[in-house]
Amino acid sequence: MHPFLLASANDAATAIAAHAADPDLAYIAGGTDLIGLMKDRAALPKRLLDINTLPDMARIEALPDGGLRIGALARMSDVAAHPDVRRRFPVIAEALLFAASGQLRNMASMGGNIMQRTRCAYFRDEDDLPCNKRRPGSGCSALHGLNRNHAIFGWSEACVATNPSDVAVALAALDATVAVRGLAGERTIPFTGFYRLPGETPERDNVLGRGDLIVSIEVPAGAEGRASHYLKIRDRQSYEFAVVSAAAAVAVDGRRIRSARLALGGVAHKPWRLTAAEVALRSASLGDIEALKSALATSFTDARPLAHNAFKVELAQRVALRALQAAGARA
Amino acid sequence: MNPAATVTRGTGENTVVGDDARVPIGLTVNGRVRTMTVEPRTTLLDALRDELGLTGTKKACDRGECGACTVHVDGRRLLSCMTLAAMQDGKQITTIEGLERDGNLHAIQAAFIEHDGFQCGFCTPGQIMSAVAMIEEAKADWPSAATTDVGRPFTIAELSAAEIRERMSGNLCRCACYPNIVDAVAEAAARS
Repeated sequence: MHPFLLASANDAATAIAAHAADPDLAYIAGGTDLIGLMKDRAALPKRLLDINTLPDMARIEALPDGGLRIGALARMSDVAAHPDVRRRFPVIAEALLFAASGQLRNMASMGGNIMQRTRCAYFRDEDDLPCNKRRPGSGCSALHGLNRNHAIFGWSEACVATNPSDVAVALAALDATVAVRGLAGERTIPFTGFYRLPGETPERDNVLGRGDLIVSIEVPAGAEGRASHYLKIRDRQSYEFAVVSAAAAVAVDGRRIRSARLALGGVAHKPWRLTAAEVALRSASLGDIEALKSALATSFTDARPLAHNAFKVELAQRVALRALQAAGARA
Repeated sequence: MNPAATVTRGTGENTVVGDDARVPIGLTVNGRVRTMTVEPRTTLLDALRDELGLTGTKKACDRGECGACTVHVDGRRLLSCMTLAAMQDGKQITTIEGLERDGNLHAIQAAFIEHDGFQCGFCTPGQIMSAVAMIEEAKADWPSAATTDVGRPFTIAELSAAEIRERMSGNLCRCACYPNIVDAVAEAAARS
């Protein structure tokens, strides 16, 4: 790794001020993504600010209304093992458990998880191949290169990368929010608006700016939380990023869907909510497979597969269907 | 944050940890306090191997992909290649060298020998460190991706071969000794 300075944060306000004033400073928590990026020279911060020392940011709180507040410094493994997370929102626990390995889950923070950068091999290549996310203006090697693992929704000529987080898919489906503290105070960002599509500026993964510090993630109470499921399809059975994944949560009257929430991973620059399908699924019977399939298909009319990932259009619909059925079985 | 800054404590400033050349740190490694100076970029793995000569912890992928560098920090398994030594200042570290007691192997070390859980042996320290902590995780009611219903409490009696394979998937074995590793871990877990 390149040489850098290291400091540890004593309080949030000072950390935020340092981050806002210094474009070459990066926060570090678990480090499991940032250190990998630095080893691959895809991130070259001159100064690291260790935020693990900030107080009260690792708590996992079951809120009285049935919701959940997860501190940004809570570790993935602690969140996944928390009894209230498992009972109230199994989709969150499952998304975390299907990610990384036991060792990495003990290290990785929740704030860092949702900030992790794409696994596009061109972005992470040690030889610094053309990549607009890594070096704006240098081109996209994946657009006409090996793009099996890339997006089928929302991509631009500048970038076809996907977001690698599993738990972000679950959080997007549940309409979670991100509490962020910055120079101007604290604000709440809906999860569905946290990430950006690449457009002409793929170097920006999300809407955060200099000085912004993720404080916590809040999951609202909802009838759908309990009946939820995360299904992840990988090239190997464990310890691998998703080819395609789906988070599903449903509320039912008998076998009829009252409300469904669905998001896909591995298909876009951000967790991809199936908004049209959610509307079309209302009042459908969980037992009517053809009706479920037709409803899901309404969210795929704007799919734009690349040369090597046309299979994802069919696969994603099957994964969404299975996730929905498994969630329904818990209702 | 300038290199010459002195270490300060309290609010109003971020605490500068040493300078860009060397950082003074103290780690309790296998029960013994070890002080050293490291560069900020030194990983815990390199500090253990190069500064302390504890070469039982192996450096293989150096990217968090293989598990060969697994150690325990404050009782939890983690990857020493993916964390900075200076960020572990003051922590309790256990490496493979710290598992034996009075010349007796840890039960999992013994089980690996009994079940022939290795060939070349390069991944073995990481496998064993991972297994020791993994069994404690299972005892503490932690579910895994192999657990059918995460909403129910998990008990160690449910630690099937499928559960062990999933929970140990962060440790790769290039010789593919997986069946014997699973047997060794299963026996050690059943006896623990």
